[in-house]
Amino acid sequence: MIDFLFYLFAGLTLLTALLMVLSPNAVNGAMFMIVSFVGTAALFVLLEAYFLAILQILVYAGAVMVLFLFIIMLLNVEKENRQFGKSKLSILASVLGFLILSGLVWGLFSDPTTLPAPPAISVTENPVGLNAESGIPFTTSAKSFGYSLFTKYMLPFQLTGFLLLAAMVGVIVVSKRPSEASDLDSNT
Amino acid sequence: MTIGLNAFLIVAGLLFAIGMLGVTLRRNTLVMFMSLELMLNAVNLALVAFSRFNGTMDGNLFVFFIITVAAAEVAVGLAIIVALFRRRQSVMVDQLNALSS
Repeated sequence: MIDFLFYLFAGLTLLTALLMVLSPNAVNGAMFMIVSFVGTAALFVLLEAYFLAILQILVYAGAVMVLFLFIIMLLNVEKENRQFGKSKLSILASVLGFLILSGLVWGLFSDPTTLPAPPAISVTENPVGLNAESGIPFTTSAKSFGYSLFTKYMLPFQLTGFLLLAAMVGVIVVSKRPSEASDLDSNT
Repeated sequence: MTIGLNAFLIVAGLLFAIGMLGVTLRRNTLVMFMSLELMLNAVNLALVAFSRFNGTMDGNLFVFFIITVAAAEVAVGLAIIVALFRRRQSVMVDQLNALSS
């Protein structure tokens, strides 16, 4: 059953990603992208990363893609009428994609050892005796996330918060109208 | 579950290749940006798979940070694209050639 679900969601994710890349209309592409993100979230569930699956749907399929759709509709972008597969660039793109794929397949299958699937983790499992020095074991609980964020990954956590602040300030500065910016310059 | 690590890595690699294809093939800046998000997503999938099969939480934490940084990146990138559109009335990279030759 889980195997079937894996093939279903992997196929869905890949198919919609390909449709996103190939659809000439950007709005259709964004819609396909949402399906692709939800498919990835389903793959996260199969990997027992439930918290990340919810986060993926909330942040990517929710916030990021809504922002994309909003901007696409705001800018009212014209359709691309260029035929794919005719230009030098599309040949370069195909070659690059093929190189990545062949490198991946070679890297995966030149080494015959494959990791067996780990045993399933109980959803109700509550991590006890967490210790950052000895490594955080994989659990489905959000408690592991919180504990790791505030012990082992304290500095990256703080830096990410600062990055969000910097991004917010940067967006406000970039999207200011040029005339207001020049007024500001003349005043100072 | 009989699906091994390799299956997830192949899906992640395919997603990454599709995203790469989008970045190099498309001329619309917005679609190129969405393809970049797709590539980040592929990396997320690979990291979660590694984390699960390794039995440690670190990969999941990395994905947590990547999602946060990607959200910030999308906000900044879209603001730049809107500023670009305001100035040039286009988001096609073919017409953004002020610095070429």
